[in-house]
Amino acid sequence: MVRLITHNLLACHAKGCTTNNFPLQFKDVSIELREAEFNPEFLKGFMPRIEWKALVDAARQLGDTTLPSEMPEMVDDEFLKNLHHALLEVHVEEGAMVCPNCNHVYPVSNGIPNMLLAEHEIA
Amino acid sequence: MSRPELQAPPELYYGDTEAKKYTNNTRVQTIQADMTYRALELLNLPEDQPAFLLDIGCGSGLSGEILDEEGYHWVGVDVAPSMLEVALEREVEGDLFLQDIGQGFGFRPGSFDGAISISVIQWLLNAETSHPTSSPPHRLTRFFTTLHSALRNPSRAVLQFYPTSDDQIQLITSIAQKAGFGGGVVIDYPNSKKARKVFLCLFVGSGGAQQVPKGLEGEEEIESGRAKFEARRERSGKKRDKKRKSIKDKDWILKKKELYRKRGKESVPNDSKYTGRKRRTVF
Ligand SMILES: C[S@@+](CC[C@H](N)C(=O)[O-])C[C@H]1O[C@@H](n2cnc3c(N)ncnc32)[C@H](O)[C@@H]1O
Ligand SMILES: [Zn+2]
Repeated sequence: MVRLITHNLLACHAKGCTTNNFPLQFKDVSIELREAEFNPEFLKGFMPRIEWKALVDAARQLGDTTLPSEMPEMVDDEFLKNLHHALLEVHVEEGAMVCPNCNHVYPVSNGIPNMLLAEHEIA
Repeated sequence: MSRPELQAPPELYYGDTEAKKYTNNTRVQTIQADMTYRALELLNLPEDQPAFLLDIGCGSGLSGEILDEEGYHWVGVDVAPSMLEVALEREVEGDLFLQDIGQGFGFRPGSFDGAISISVIQWLLNAETSHPTSSPPHRLTRFFTTLHSALRNPSRAVLQFYPTSDDQIQLITSIAQKAGFGGGVVIDYPNSKKARKVFLCLFVGSGGAQQVPKGLEGEEEIESGRAKFEARRERSGKKRDKKRKSIKDKDWILKKKELYRKRGKESVPNDSKYTGRKRRTVF
């Protein structure tokens, strides 16, 4: 059940891994699409928190090419619907997320990412 | 019987059997719901804005179901796979993570509008987890530091927990303060053996207030947690906000409630329209 909304907020938290540790890279993932309630107010409020390039890249990697490369300054309904779909309706169910810096692999199973660290990775 | 956190690491204590027993126990359901409503009240979120919340130690989703009903988006983390399994079965809407909060969070700065935690952080004081770990003060420091950074400024985190002594309250608050939090402890019904509840009410920045809220006094009211919550909200002049209700439309909420009600006793097979899923493999 990791969706792009949370993927976009998630950096690697292994010991010493503090730069270039975002975004985690998807590997061998399978996804499910699940309808969610459309809420434009929530999306507008959330937009300033988004790392746009990370979101667009992740969405494209998962097969969703509807988002523009730059975050638009004016938002219309069509854009918000696309954003809604990318952020909230695409669920990564299986596979892994890999840190681009330290290569730690966070496996995703049954929709749940395993964020547990090994002893030498605990800060 | 001694307290759960003294018996075994959480992911072992909350194994398959206990996770189901815990979640299906109606007394547990009522108490956890009451405390979740109270935590939301202490969180004091702006009434007219949707919010993105973190549920720390979300377990099987008893608190998350209330966040769903109240129209919040949320992320839940828990270290017990069996509890998360039950949360999946119950079809909560938050994103779930298998995570040991004593190892800290990796969320980017300012990710969440607030955080709640119901009956969890006493575990950080006691039994260790079965996987590699460090000392309780170290784990608490890591937890509070990374939580502080994951929250927006201003915002709040409200953590209900079961301390065994005032020393434990002291230890926890001092570590939270060192991590940058303001705020303090709120004790509801301090003179009632049964109803007494301890909430750590932490502020990032001003937390939208100068003062730590007051605890509830007197006899515990008999109504449900929700009724109490709404009654207090009325009294404080904060009516239930129309916008908040419209965050998720009524049908959606009713459907969700119906679903949860059905699952009250036992998990029934997935049959909602939202489980009509298309599955496709990307790579
Ligand atoms: C009493 S249950 C509460 C669950 C949920 N908040 C509720 O109100 O029903 C305590 C939960 O804390 C979780 N927990 C304990 N220690 C933890 C840790 N170090 N990291 C994450 N979760 C933890 C347990 O797995 C368990 O699900
Ligand atoms: Zn890393």
